[in-house]
Amino acid sequence: MTPLLLSAYTATTCLGRGLDATRSALREGRTGLAPCAFETVRLDTWVGEALAVDAEILPTALAQYDCRNNRLTQMGLQTDGFADCVREAIARYGRARVGVFLGTSTAGILQTELAYRHRDPATGALPDNFHYRTTHNSFSLAEFTRDYFRLEGMAMAISTACSSSAKVFAAAARQLELGTIDAAIVGGVDTLCLTTLYGFASLQLTSTQPCRPYDAERNGISIGEGAAFALLERTHQPASGSVLLLGTGESSDAYHMSSPHPEGLGAKLAMEAALRSAGLNTADIDYINLHGTSTPANDAAEGKAVAALFGNRVPCSSTKGATGHTLGAAGAVEAVICALTLTDGFLPGSPGTQNLDPAIPINYLKQGKPGTVRHALTNSFGFGGSNCSLILGVAS
Amino acid sequence: MSKPLTAWIEGIGFLAPGLPDWPTARAVMRGDQAYENAPSVLPAPTILPPAERRRASRVVKLTLALGLEAAAHAGTEVAQLATVFSASGADGHNCHALCEQLAGEDRQISPTRFHNSVHNAAAGYWGIATGSMAPCQVICAYDASFGAGLLDALGQVVLDRQTTLLIAYDSEYPEPLFAKRPVPDVAGVGLLLTPERTERSLAQLTVTPSTDNAATLSEPALENLRTAIPALRALPLLRKLALGEGGDVCLDYLPPMQLSITIQPC
Repeated sequence: MTPLLLSAYTATTCLGRGLDATRSALREGRTGLAPCAFETVRLDTWVGEALAVDAEILPTALAQYDCRNNRLTQMGLQTDGFADCVREAIARYGRARVGVFLGTSTAGILQTELAYRHRDPATGALPDNFHYRTTHNSFSLAEFTRDYFRLEGMAMAISTACSSSAKVFAAAARQLELGTIDAAIVGGVDTLCLTTLYGFASLQLTSTQPCRPYDAERNGISIGEGAAFALLERTHQPASGSVLLLGTGESSDAYHMSSPHPEGLGAKLAMEAALRSAGLNTADIDYINLHGTSTPANDAAEGKAVAALFGNRVPCSSTKGATGHTLGAAGAVEAVICALTLTDGFLPGSPGTQNLDPAIPINYLKQGKPGTVRHALTNSFGFGGSNCSLILGVAS
Repeated sequence: MSKPLTAWIEGIGFLAPGLPDWPTARAVMRGDQAYENAPSVLPAPTILPPAERRRASRVVKLTLALGLEAAAHAGTEVAQLATVFSASGADGHNCHALCEQLAGEDRQISPTRFHNSVHNAAAGYWGIATGSMAPCQVICAYDASFGAGLLDALGQVVLDRQTTLLIAYDSEYPEPLFAKRPVPDVAGVGLLLTPERTERSLAQLTVTPSTDNAATLSEPALENLRTAIPALRALPLLRKLALGEGGDVCLDYLPPMQLSITIQPC
């Protein structure tokens, strides 16, 4: 693909709001995970809850969108000057030429979960102040973002579980390459809700401790939440040091709804496709941000795929021990973390990971370290066997 | 630097209330057969192993029916196909059951219900059923879902030069969500899109943005389907294909953006 410029980017997770908070937490090897005290949830698990989400107030004109997921969406948009950069792009290109491509797994379903506690005792009806379209529906965060900037062009949500907000980069890149748009707001937002907390617990995929990616004793995920965005544009002569999207690769496992292909076959196909798309070889990759959920099956399968392609040469880490698994936001959160490795020259470690799984022969970083990264690859895999790898680089 | 958003249609799948497949829908839209309202009929998903077949939900049966009909129409093997699924919602019955249980005392939900709750559940079952490891996209754009799916599918066809199966579909919620989102029944359309013309091509389509009003259908029952079920915003396009007509037709997308489609029959 033709490289695209990330002209702005931002991430908000349990590590804090924005790039500086994310950067310093990663440098300090700090985790944002804490024992779950979310809503009325009674589960012995740890979560990565973003701070002050429910204090966020949406503009009156957009009040129908009010729910935890759109509050975090707005927080994300209003961080690191991202909204200002979008407005500048709109001024340059026009309202119909800036597209919206956002990933989510559950959007604002928490709003529906809460509404079901307040059904009319006689009729069973949901309360009048429950708005399905602007909260529950998977498109709600994309429509909110489109309305927030009063855009008039294309918009879509991509919802492939935990690969959602990696795949938005690929979808937006296609439209930019076709010339149907001149800029794209890409990203992902997912927030804590009962469906995912009790759901992953039902699959026995949540850990009772902070998650430990690639640890021999790893026993499950810690669910997080996050909002991460990037503004993508075509570029002819990117300024030195600017961050570029160089390649995208997508594949399907065609294996199982909630378990990865045991040999990591789909993961390997996605990474190979991303390398082809970027016109790079495995030797060109300097850092891999792994999907690394900390379930026994995911890390074993992904580790096999990474080892098969890269051997043990490339430094790798999962940052989910820091952020938790932000599900549909993970692809975008981790793309932004890759952007930081490219600009900062720092490779993040893996809080929580103690003893590496000896069965996975890759160069896994327990501790962060300085290092020059020219090309970073990030993996995102989701339920239903949906895989996506992205390659980001820095302009010389 | 704009590249035309164009592809050739090789196969069509269709399923809607009173219209169990593309040949029936085609006959009704050509005026050869009267429309008779009836609940959507979902064929048994014979491609799934017996155990999965029994457990398959309505959206899984629907998407398998749409995709397999379109692929069979084109004479294409499904095992290599890239796919784009686009739906305004996920499995409504499963969602209702989860929300009901999570509102009660016993929140220990079933793991199967949980993995079936993802928006890409039907896409996941398609992958398991067909064995296709090709890219699979899953989109939601509320009422604009057909247009969003078409735009992404055309992007893959034009840029990756890869045959892509678009499956746009919707299903109903039970009460009390039905009152908030009254999609009346399952329905959808499958389009097998190729980057080159072949001897099996039915028509070429080219999409451009527009701000025109969408074309409507003169038959009130069909017009009702168009407006009630988001995936069936495609009906004016399908009517042209049924009649073998060329020319332009405008489809509803995301106000104020509409999609104008130029059709050239092969």
